[in-house]
Amino acid sequence: MREDVPALTDAPDARAPATPTASTEESRRRLIVEALGIAASAIGFGFVYGLSAREAGFSPLEAMAMSTIVFAGAAQFAAIGYVAAGLAWPAIALLTFLLNARHLLYSAALGPWMTDVPRPRRALMAHVLTDEAFALAIGHFRRIGRTDEGGYWIGAIASTFIPWNLATLAGVYAGGSIADPSLLGIDIIFPAAMIGLAAGLVTGRRELVAAFAGAAIAVSWALLVSPALAIEPSTGVIVGGVVGPLVGILIPASLAAERAPLGTTASAERFSMPGTRLDDDAEGLP
Amino acid sequence: MSTDLIPLAFVMFVATYPSRALGLLAPAFDRLPKVAIAYLQLVGPAVLAALAAVAVMVRTPDGGPPVFSSGIEWVAVLACLGIVVWRKNLLLGLIVAVAIVVVARATEFAALPPG
Repeated sequence: MREDVPALTDAPDARAPATPTASTEESRRRLIVEALGIAASAIGFGFVYGLSAREAGFSPLEAMAMSTIVFAGAAQFAAIGYVAAGLAWPAIALLTFLLNARHLLYSAALGPWMTDVPRPRRALMAHVLTDEAFALAIGHFRRIGRTDEGGYWIGAIASTFIPWNLATLAGVYAGGSIADPSLLGIDIIFPAAMIGLAAGLVTGRRELVAAFAGAAIAVSWALLVSPALAIEPSTGVIVGGVVGPLVGILIPASLAAERAPLGTTASAERFSMPGTRLDDDAEGLP
Repeated sequence: MSTDLIPLAFVMFVATYPSRALGLLAPAFDRLPKVAIAYLQLVGPAVLAALAAVAVMVRTPDGGPPVFSSGIEWVAVLACLGIVVWRKNLLLGLIVAVAIVVVARATEFAALPPG
């Protein structure tokens, strides 16, 4: 283990089992209440995702493949834009990797809690590790001071995976039955969802600068550079998405005013579907 | 029914799964350089804002060169942004954005998107 670089979270002690503050039953009841709120949100956003995917030309099978195989809300929404813009698959893979790399921090934070879980089950757990699953699980584990595998599955499968996939299916079929989606404003859902998700992730000045820079660079590239190079305007999204963070990182940490460092519960709540807030007294703890 | 994008779903899975699995399957994995964490923190806002901006500001009429685009879509997207910042509720923001566009198009205040 390297000691010359900082830990994945700013509060490394929080990754160790904590002193229990609730019994397993009490904590599970709270987990289920929180999970119901997240499930409701997953249904709403899964439906909107299905509508948007259909509007972009995805077949029901393709939309469902995204929701079951990829199972990453923001990346799935973004993929609608990539596909609609004709982005090459390697570029989509790169942007997906960058957008989902935050999961690395969640899995590292959960890893110490999961050492007694058989490896094949951990491999399955990894597929359903989302922002929501992390936020629910880490809060639950800390409350009871130990791992509760059943609690993890409640947060990951019952509250997110199943509702998200069922709602995707409903949305994609509802979208397919609409004769002229533009009359119903379906085409505005994608950019509005993207800007809303981006706003939800702004937790300090660095994110704000990165978002503005990413947008400005993407549009400038699409309008000015891509015609000159005879390449697709959509390449602006890659350039903006990769260079924007480099601009943001120029803001000194002392001025960043970061409120939700990546890998913490607060960060996971930001990435989870906006409108969903866990009423967690461990706010800010990984 | 098209299945052309199903392989893309697997490509995206391959790009996503290692990040999810590494910490759970490799307990020795524990640390990342601080600058990498700082960069990753900023990727989400930058990519999503870039997607939104290109979607509403850039249009490619009839396969010609891209042109700057403005219209009621800006108002709708900005309204959604305002609601998310103010109320922290994206679903409400989406409903308002769609309502703005529907009303504007139904009253012919705004044109339907080309194509």
